[in-house]
Amino acid sequence: MIALAKPRAVVLLVAFATTVACGGGDRAPGETGRASSGSVDLTGAGATFPYPLYSKWFSDYASRTGVRINYQSIGSGGGIRQLSEGTVDFGASDSPMTDAELAKAKGGPVMHVPTVLGAVAVTYNVPELREPLRLTGELLADVFLGRITKWNDARIAALNSGAPLPAKDILVVHRSDGSGTTFIFTDYLAATSSSWATAPGKGKEVQWPVGLGGKGNEGVAGQVKQTPGTIGYVELAYAKQNRLPVAAIRNAAGEYVTPSVESATAAAAGVAERLGASTDYRVSIVNAPGAGAYPISSFTWILAYRNQPDSTKGRKLVDFLRWALREGGASAAALDYAPLPPAMVSRLEQRLDSIRVGARP
Amino acid sequence: MTAASRGGLRRSHPSGVQRAFAARTGRTLGRRRVVNGAMIALTYLAAALTTLPLIFILALLVEKGASSIRPHFFTSLPVPVGEVGGGMANAIVGTLILIATAAAIGLPVGIGAGLYVAEYGRSRLATAVRFLSDVLNGLPSIVIGIFAWQFLVRPIGHFSALSGGVALGAMMIPLVTRTTEEMIRLVPTSLNEAALALGYSRWRTSLAVVLRTALPGIVTGALVAVARIAGETAPLLFTAFGNQFWSVRLTEPIAALPLQIFTYAISPYDDWHAQAWAGALVLIALVLVISLVARFVTRARFGAAAD
Amino acid sequence: MAAPGTPPLGSTSSGTGPPNGPAALGSIRGGAVGDRIYRWTITGFALCVPLLLALIALELGSAAWPAFRRFGLGFLAESHWDAVNGRFGAGPAIFGTVVSSIIALLVATPLAIGAAIFLSEFAPSWLRQPVAFLVDLLAAIPSVVYGLWGIFVLVPLLRTHVMPFLSNTLRLGGTPLFSGPAYGPSMLAAGLILAVMILPYISAVSREVLLAVPRSQREAALALGATRWEMIWDAVLPYARSGIVGGVILGLGRALGETMAVTMVIGNRAEISASLFAPGYTMASLIANEFSEATNELHLSALMAVGATLFAITLVVSAIARWLVWRVSREAGT
Repeated sequence: MIALAKPRAVVLLVAFATTVACGGGDRAPGETGRASSGSVDLTGAGATFPYPLYSKWFSDYASRTGVRINYQSIGSGGGIRQLSEGTVDFGASDSPMTDAELAKAKGGPVMHVPTVLGAVAVTYNVPELREPLRLTGELLADVFLGRITKWNDARIAALNSGAPLPAKDILVVHRSDGSGTTFIFTDYLAATSSSWATAPGKGKEVQWPVGLGGKGNEGVAGQVKQTPGTIGYVELAYAKQNRLPVAAIRNAAGEYVTPSVESATAAAAGVAERLGASTDYRVSIVNAPGAGAYPISSFTWILAYRNQPDSTKGRKLVDFLRWALREGGASAAALDYAPLPPAMVSRLEQRLDSIRVGARP
Repeated sequence: MTAASRGGLRRSHPSGVQRAFAARTGRTLGRRRVVNGAMIALTYLAAALTTLPLIFILALLVEKGASSIRPHFFTSLPVPVGEVGGGMANAIVGTLILIATAAAIGLPVGIGAGLYVAEYGRSRLATAVRFLSDVLNGLPSIVIGIFAWQFLVRPIGHFSALSGGVALGAMMIPLVTRTTEEMIRLVPTSLNEAALALGYSRWRTSLAVVLRTALPGIVTGALVAVARIAGETAPLLFTAFGNQFWSVRLTEPIAALPLQIFTYAISPYDDWHAQAWAGALVLIALVLVISLVARFVTRARFGAAAD
Repeated sequence: MAAPGTPPLGSTSSGTGPPNGPAALGSIRGGAVGDRIYRWTITGFALCVPLLLALIALELGSAAWPAFRRFGLGFLAESHWDAVNGRFGAGPAIFGTVVSSIIALLVATPLAIGAAIFLSEFAPSWLRQPVAFLVDLLAAIPSVVYGLWGIFVLVPLLRTHVMPFLSNTLRLGGTPLFSGPAYGPSMLAAGLILAVMILPYISAVSREVLLAVPRSQREAALALGATRWEMIWDAVLPYARSGIVGGVILGLGRALGETMAVTMVIGNRAEISASLFAPGYTMASLIANEFSEATNELHLSALMAVGATLFAITLVVSAIARWLVWRVSREAGT
């Protein structure tokens, strides 16, 4: 047969690899053994937006309790799909599941647990401006509809008297991929502009009348950063980390608010007061009432089945969720995520009791 | 022979043949020399231009990621953003395991199919294999991932390294098949016939003589296929899934370098970006090492295989 | 490679030397069984390919069927892609895929073949392996890295230098091919980045094929008085032609299916435009962009329909390429 230079070495290599792959080795080098049936205790999938924060939570939780949770950001839609199929133990999404999606979930009713808040910042590249640009929802909608095409348009100038707006074209940058960020942004535009609500409407992915598509938050941020005259929308963390300017948007109370951790939490607080006791938390908080509320904010949710047939996993999941609600908020702000208002946290903890763990007859 | 290897051109006195040729085609000796020189220069230029992008990209990776390559990069698990000491140990091992699994599927099928097509080139199956392997090559990797999810993850109920390996192995098949076929067809039939004449059976001729002769080219094809799948993210998203923790089992989700690179690259944090670049450097180095090892192991026994 | 007439490259492991005497008869009989097993094995492996493709086609087809039933074949020409209102049409994506792949092929093929010729004919042997490695390594770069390189390096380069050069200095700005504002992300950027990505496939296969052309071909041409280049053009390349075309088809397949890098530099506008400077869209990036987030049945089905269309287009393009090769080789009398 074919003679390789070192047949014995190859055979040994293959044998070794097979043993490793099929046999043991689920402990990291240096880690002491622990009784677990696999390398992880729980698997979750979904939104990319909260991934940095969740990875911090899971890491802290693992060192605290030894429970290992493997979460991968394959997208909110991916998370919903995998949860429906039962290939993961919990999902995560930036936009709530629709009724149709809930009906298709194979494990029964799904609970939406808000974990943190995000703010969608409107960012731009106009070096001449020193102060944050002031915008309203209708104005934004008209820019993204292509009706306002120049930076020194009269309507923009009216809101920003004294600002040195250049006579250049506005280049719109939106998302090319489906995303919760787009959902939040278009939700806001639809809520404040009737023309937007009819034409592109709101969704994770819409037909944009004008502009270029950037892939992901980082694609839009990169595009805006590199091209003068652009305007786009990104999650707050991306604007901050890339040191991009953000616009001050007029909220329902008439104030011009810049996106920040505090203003996002204020938006949730304003909405939380008005939620009924039996709410399923599938609520939008764009254009929230209340002082200091940033109008383009949103929850992000963890999705878990109400009935957890596996008692070990179910127990671990509920314990983690409780920990996340109670202690998770503390690490949120450092990573540019807005924690839930305290009133919501206590109500959610009570809601967790309604998760049934263990097989039911 | 020496005159021929110098280009066979007599410097100053064109022969009768050359004069007649020039008269008929207009291609005088001088003009042919100019064309010769120009085209050779162009090939040098092409070679330079082809290597330039890699050098640029490597330079970019080194500039952005080299600072993150520390020993702990190769021995630690990922840590949350902001904490120091994180690494991609599990992703490096995971990529190796995925490559091995994919090769275990893609190489036998690819080489076997290539042998078949080279030998039975006119048959309907051979034509089908040629066409369909081109189609497989043109499918976006995410489609292959979706397909692997449908058949290997959904029925089983959870993600696994094996399903990732199968998806990647499927992607290797077209490259390996095509290269194998082309290289085998280039082995002179005289070699084949000589072996048969000496009493070798057909299968032994095909494997021990023809395949062996074509081996360097086939190894190149296999290595390019390995390089291709080593960097693929999309097929792994719904199959191997990724894993924050240490795992080497084929039946569980497993970490992989491209997944980790992708997750870090799309985040907002500079620290993670630097690690993503570092991961890309490590990935390319990994492929290079695999290439070197494979070439070493399969080098011809008796001097250079081709010259 | 051994010249004809010399003993075959003998392997000495496990006694597979040339048989003689009674052993020869034994091996012929054993050889017949061995032959059959061999033939079945490789046939089995060959069958894996159509089987795999049939499964994929079935899967794609059944997932895509709802969309095709709803929109009919007009799906292919329609240029709206509106997920919110449920109207889907893949026209611009098809256009973008075809155009960006053509650009990639036009740019990459001469470069790759030129590099392969350099490596097989002119490079000193110490240079050959390293340069070959370098070119092959291009295949290992993850597409997300290509995309990021595109965003940070290629697109700004195009926007600030190349595009203004083309439209102003060369006065091409008026022609339809180079019209429109120079944003940067464009069909041109996508074509160029695809060209870089497919270089290793064309180059690796071409190089190996050129190296495998027998010395006798080269020597014969040189002995007849050909210049070095004429030898390559008239004696070596035609011999290697089908292999090179094989490499080009491999590269084409890669270009058709590439997602990540393209989507980061093409601008993602679902519009058909004649200009290379205009942003565009491709089928692969359409699927990749939206699949992770799509949960609506019709939306998913539309995406799978795009996948099925790509499947069909790859089939058609491969068939055309093969037919061309067959035509050309027939005319050349080979």
